[in-house]
Amino acid sequence: MKTLFDKIWDAHTVTAIKDGPTQLYIDRHFCHEVTSPQAFNGLRERGLKVFRPNQTTLTADHNTPTCNQDQPVKDPVSRKQLDTLSKNAEEFGLTLYALGNERNGVVHIIGPENGYTQPGMTIVCGDSHTSTHGAFGAIAFGIGTSEVEMVLATQCILQSRPKTMRITFNGKLEQGVTAKDLALYMIAQLTTGGATGYFVEYAGEAIRNLTMEERMTLCNLSIEMGARGGLIAPDETTFEYIKGKDFAPQEENWEQAVEYWRTLKTDEGAEFDKEYVFDASKIEPMVTYGTNPGMGVFISGSIPTLEGLDETGQITFKKSLNYMGFQPGEKMEGKPIDYVFLGSCTNGRIEDFRTFANFVKGKKKSDNVVAWLVPGSHRVEKQLRDEGLYQILVEAGFEVRQPGCSACLAMNDDKVPAGKYAISTTNRNFEGRQGPGARTILASPLVAAAAAVTGKITDPRKIA
Amino acid sequence: MEKFQTVTSTYVPLPIENVDTDQIIPARFLKATDKEGFGDNLFADWRYDKDGNPKPDFVLNNPTYSGTILVAGKNFGSGSSREHAAWAVSGYGFRAVVSSYFADIFKNNSLNNGLLPVVVSPDFLSEILECVHDNPQNTLTIDLNQQTITNNKTGRSEAFEINTYKKECLQKGLDDIDYLLSKKDKIEEYEKTRMYFGL
Repeated sequence: MKTLFDKIWDAHTVTAIKDGPTQLYIDRHFCHEVTSPQAFNGLRERGLKVFRPNQTTLTADHNTPTCNQDQPVKDPVSRKQLDTLSKNAEEFGLTLYALGNERNGVVHIIGPENGYTQPGMTIVCGDSHTSTHGAFGAIAFGIGTSEVEMVLATQCILQSRPKTMRITFNGKLEQGVTAKDLALYMIAQLTTGGATGYFVEYAGEAIRNLTMEERMTLCNLSIEMGARGGLIAPDETTFEYIKGKDFAPQEENWEQAVEYWRTLKTDEGAEFDKEYVFDASKIEPMVTYGTNPGMGVFISGSIPTLEGLDETGQITFKKSLNYMGFQPGEKMEGKPIDYVFLGSCTNGRIEDFRTFANFVKGKKKSDNVVAWLVPGSHRVEKQLRDEGLYQILVEAGFEVRQPGCSACLAMNDDKVPAGKYAISTTNRNFEGRQGPGARTILASPLVAAAAAVTGKITDPRKIA
Repeated sequence: MEKFQTVTSTYVPLPIENVDTDQIIPARFLKATDKEGFGDNLFADWRYDKDGNPKPDFVLNNPTYSGTILVAGKNFGSGSSREHAAWAVSGYGFRAVVSSYFADIFKNNSLNNGLLPVVVSPDFLSEILECVHDNPQNTLTIDLNQQTITNNKTGRSEAFEINTYKKECLQKGLDDIDYLLSKKDKIEEYEKTRMYFGL
């Protein structure tokens, strides 16, 4: 009896070192401009080629502007990094979706939307949110640059086998409560280190009811509780999403693939190293108040107090609230905000934009709010126009930018100014994450939409 | 990769939990295309004010504390997978980081760069943080061969875990790519049997 994780891991084990790591074969490798240049330099220094060039795909996303993408990138250092990616793609014979390409976008958005991401695969990228692809029933995890070099050189990676955890969500999510809330709730319960050393499988009624976009949001955030990755067994929802995508199996391959994919589930009675069970129906919309994703509360709730924390814990907690300009015990609802950011590999998919646009339809953006709406890919941007959402957003006073990681990590010009509060649909509220001194409150696209309209933290369920 | 055997040194305390890699090296410093120079920007936003002047209250700017070992609160290196964080910590001159636990990717990245992450019990961590507070000249000895860490003031030692393969890599200064390249025939053999559905 095996868990889903065991089945995929075992099927990709090339060799195992005694008392050491496993040599794991990698099906699909994604690269972007920030964590790959030193790996390509390493190949050059060793005189190596890319071992399996067809299994690596490159995109430019982290360091790209979200305006005037048809013009040369202004910042010379960013431009050099993007040029380096292009040169590496050419020299090593790899497919690159550079700025302006119709398949360009955030790496974890374009993988699934082009059908690169499939059940049963092993997928890596020099980016921690590679856990996103686990939504398809794949072992997907973020790696460092030395490991990027390993995969380029050998299509394999050395990895210690993680422990397995299952998190079951029984019941149904209430109206107005989304996968993002479910994820932030889970991280608040387990803390940012609660799943360190584990690979997590999500199960239960609430998980089966999630759309593929929602499953990606949940798996994306697995890394924020320290998990190596998250994983959901593939089902009809998964197959339906993949079918017909550009790089999905076609014709007779499709039938064979689905037949295999149906075997990818945890056997009844298989044991996990750890199990948690939550009741999804008890979850409310969430917001974070602190400087890590585990510092979250129900939107109707209050910031905790120092009670029960040891000395190091108190130092950490005070430092965090001091950075945010908040007090222990304060209410979150009604706090004024300055910025709203919709986008990123967590919530930059078409469904997130549909949710946001449907909420703001017929309403107006608050004058005090600067809003950055950044689609995760060109495809998403095009869909916005095709579905008439673009028009709705413009009429409500919003501007839609061009795709990229943007203010999620603020490597480009999209930085929230010091001291300002941003409601962000992203994954991290770390100090300085959205610009030096920026104060980030993580929330769902729906909560972001409500805040964009009212200019303060607002429960979307209270607005018609 | 620099070889690691035994290090005895004074140490720098950073008693903060969940130190994420965005703090270790903020994203705006990730535009470089080589591995050099990240040590100058280690903890940049805690270390310098917005005009680039050192903040006197941050531990790296306090001459009282020095050494090649960093001791931090639990869950060090969470967040982004950027290996630049490990390059920054080792580029600054640290050979080892001690905490009660580490985020996985940071741990791997460190080991791949000759920087040893040492996991100690919460008790041991509190004790060494207290000792350095009382006496900044207190030293720790990290012996990779014996897999022990010793607080030289109290003489208390703890064993730490590291898998045999990684230990050997650190001791000899070898990396994983050397190993994987030696297994190419196994990889090609594996490829003949793997599940693959085209495109």
